[in-house]
Amino acid sequence: MRATIIVFPGSNCDRDVQVAIASVTGQKPTMVWHRDSDLPNTDLIVLPGGFAHGDYLRCGAIAAHSPIMKDVVRLAEAGTPVLAICNGFQIAIEAGLLPGALIRNANLNFICKPVHLRVENAHTPFTHMYDEDEVIRLPIANHDGNYIADAETLAALTDEARIVFRYCDGAGDVSEAANPNGSVMNIAGIANARRTILGMMPHPERFVDEALGSDDGRSVFGSLMGALS
Amino acid sequence: MTAMPNRPLADIASEHGLSDQEFDLVITLLGREPNLTELGIFSVMWSEHCSYKSSKRWLKTLPTDAPWVICGPGENAGIVDIGDGQAAVFKMESHNHPSFIEPCQGAATGVGGILRDIFTMGARPIANMNALRFGAADHPRTRHLLAGVVAGIGGYGNCIGVPTVGGETNFHPAYNGNILVNAMTVGIADTDKIFYSAASGLGYPVVYVGSKTGRDGIHGATMASAEFDDDSEEKRPTVQVGDPFTEKLLLEACLELMATDAIVGIQDMGAAGLTCSTVEMADKGGVGVELDLDRVPTRESGMTAYEIMLSESQERMLMVLHPGKEALAQSVFEKWELDFAIVGQLTDTERLVLKMDGATVADIPIRPLVDAAPDYDRPYDLAEQPAALSPVDSAPPNDLADALATIMATPDLADKSWIWTQYDYSVMADTIQPPGGDAAVVRVHGTGKALAISTDCTPRYCLADPRQGAAQAVAECWRNLTAVGARPLAITDCLNFGNPERPEIMGQIVGSIQGMGAACRALDFPVVSGNVSLYNETNGKAILPTPAIGGVGMLTDSAKMLKIALAEADQTVLLFGRTTGHLGQSLYLREIEGREEGPPPPVDLDIERRNGDFVRGLADAGHLQACHDLSDGGLIVGLAEMCLAGGVGAEIQAPLDDLPLHAWLFGEDQARYLVAVRSDAASDILAQAARAEVPTALIATTGGEDLTLRGAFTISLERLRQAHECWLPDLMAAPREETKATQ
Repeated sequence: MRATIIVFPGSNCDRDVQVAIASVTGQKPTMVWHRDSDLPNTDLIVLPGGFAHGDYLRCGAIAAHSPIMKDVVRLAEAGTPVLAICNGFQIAIEAGLLPGALIRNANLNFICKPVHLRVENAHTPFTHMYDEDEVIRLPIANHDGNYIADAETLAALTDEARIVFRYCDGAGDVSEAANPNGSVMNIAGIANARRTILGMMPHPERFVDEALGSDDGRSVFGSLMGALS
Repeated sequence: MTAMPNRPLADIASEHGLSDQEFDLVITLLGREPNLTELGIFSVMWSEHCSYKSSKRWLKTLPTDAPWVICGPGENAGIVDIGDGQAAVFKMESHNHPSFIEPCQGAATGVGGILRDIFTMGARPIANMNALRFGAADHPRTRHLLAGVVAGIGGYGNCIGVPTVGGETNFHPAYNGNILVNAMTVGIADTDKIFYSAASGLGYPVVYVGSKTGRDGIHGATMASAEFDDDSEEKRPTVQVGDPFTEKLLLEACLELMATDAIVGIQDMGAAGLTCSTVEMADKGGVGVELDLDRVPTRESGMTAYEIMLSESQERMLMVLHPGKEALAQSVFEKWELDFAIVGQLTDTERLVLKMDGATVADIPIRPLVDAAPDYDRPYDLAEQPAALSPVDSAPPNDLADALATIMATPDLADKSWIWTQYDYSVMADTIQPPGGDAAVVRVHGTGKALAISTDCTPRYCLADPRQGAAQAVAECWRNLTAVGARPLAITDCLNFGNPERPEIMGQIVGSIQGMGAACRALDFPVVSGNVSLYNETNGKAILPTPAIGGVGMLTDSAKMLKIALAEADQTVLLFGRTTGHLGQSLYLREIEGREEGPPPPVDLDIERRNGDFVRGLADAGHLQACHDLSDGGLIVGLAEMCLAGGVGAEIQAPLDDLPLHAWLFGEDQARYLVAVRSDAASDILAQAARAEVPTALIATTGGEDLTLRGAFTISLERLRQAHECWLPDLMAAPREETKATQ
């Protein structure tokens, strides 16, 4: 699987996701600087976490206008899978690849902690190695992870099974108490209608090794390798 | 020349914090009266913050060497060898005064400054730590300061993408008017790619990179060298504003350029900005420097030489390049969209010459500016040691379970996850021991090695007896590293004290440095970097003496790392180390009896070393399931923390000796560890301990959902958790009106 990671000024999970993908797939992803205009031949585009452009103006807003994003959007619309994690999710929304918005966490604080997620759709290229309704643990680390969308969008996301991950408790209950940041419907990750683009706030690349607390994130990359190779 | 204000120069010198004698010395060195720019340069270089004029002669007594030390104090950070051609680069620094005036920016720029110290040396920062002291929890400013400091530390570290992996936080009324924010960064460098600050090469270009220079932070170093009073709020303009995004770019740009052979020497612009970096680089290389201030990138027009030289704008670096490498360097910094300017060159005059608009605006001999900086032998009074306090002098509590619940909820001990969940501690994906354990542990990326990091100080011990207290801080740090299975390597320190011109404060400084030195020598735990922060006083009230210690240790095999959690039932908990029931200066005495009395627990460094080496040996041999050092709150608090971390209860065995039970439970004797072992391994381990002459006791068996000592007390983990984990979130969530009402 040839993966390409877009590096924005202020990206800081670019190396982490590169290491995670290499450890799962055995193939080291290519890093592409945001000011480049053309992507290499690639099976997967990754928009990594971090603080692109310092999150100044609005998270992801400036990065969405980086030169490389034209090619990212072009390939994404043509069906190249895009994995957008945390700040990458914010960028994907700002670039119009995914609907809704990510606003400040309900408690107004940055939140870093492992959370439980329920896999709501295990029939995507990103999640087919998980079981439907499987409860996994991944870390979140963000200030603006509170997902909102209008009723029409939420209805479409629900009807089309595009909600991929929801925050839950250890038993898999999607409850208000298990919602770390106020996201509507406990949404932690969503896909586009074709399921070729996944945006998620939790960081699968940080949980790929038991020594880090869990390896629950490996299956995101393992699923992609299975789907794309 | 810079225009002189129409007032006596001596008055202006005094406002700059120069004493009459110091001002006379300036005139002697220059052979004439200084102009305002020169006066400003002398004042910041001779400020306490930059010159260490009150502490220098004592700092020299600290041990700084060991076979694994590559670079001790005097550079941007200390460096120790961690094998395989790699080095750990680390330092801790204070940002106390700015953080009190403007907590968020003050703390943020503290983190930014210490990060730059690390990557200036060619190291990639891999972990941030901190040591924080706030006033009483119910003081009207405490919540504002705490929230601001945490937001500042998190905001900076999270954005730049270096995990903040832990720290310590204390509360005491002595910090009501002067909080402490000490920030530490650890980085990794290749031993053959370490960069130092000495400038050399006649005619070589001096290059300025990073952010533009603005009018912020002028006189930060001078402010940090004076006491506070009721008008300190007015000093807010001297606090710098941080931009972690620019720092991230600067980090990547510097490391990219460092991979080439373009750089001769490099130094970050921290306290005293362009002045200090230029003078230190030139002094270390024994050269002169000529700067053209018209070429310094500035944020606004009309800045004077004085302002440019004294600005403490953040995210700036100064470097000397090999001739011919300017274009290469420029292309790197332009890629990262940072300013790049050749602002001068090295000369053979050994003088700092500043030009602006074609005129010379300052001309100072560099060596005297550095070497003639004052070195005071201030008078000091070593406080008398407090009278001993026997365990029987202290009353047993009405109810042991209530006492334990109270102590678990005391601000110094209560769970601090409200703080550290606001720090990204898992970015870089190498944090294998997150905050909450004895020491944080991060893997050395791509290797089987890991570094353990801990920050420690118990200021109430240091107030009661600076020597014992400071030795205890070093010993506890060493113990915390040992408790995760690491071999302690070296320390950095932040020595926070009040006004050194008062003999009793100077006595605290001297005693603390003596105690630290003794502990560092006995434990082979040298000091490789650090800083001193004095004048931590408001309206004449000093903080508790706080020599904060930041230690780094190494695990050659990260898989052998230990945590404190009791993970399963039917494990045996053993105690290593002797228990005398020492209650002097204990949390028990303070929280239950309302007394801050007695001597701190004595530190026997030989025993400390013997017990620690023994525990580390067991850890290395894989015999331990969990390990926790004992400190605040004593044995029972340590055991309760282990139970809570793993969610498993324990049944305690009654002690065999005749100590009062509460002293046995809550005494804060040093050199002790609790470990969990497999039940069938316990007798063999006890025998090993006996052979090593390490006192042991069988303390408990794990299991259930309570912590119980039959016949004495039982307390549910649920109650303990409530007490331990609710205090801080409840404090921070209390309605704002309440705070206003008490103001």
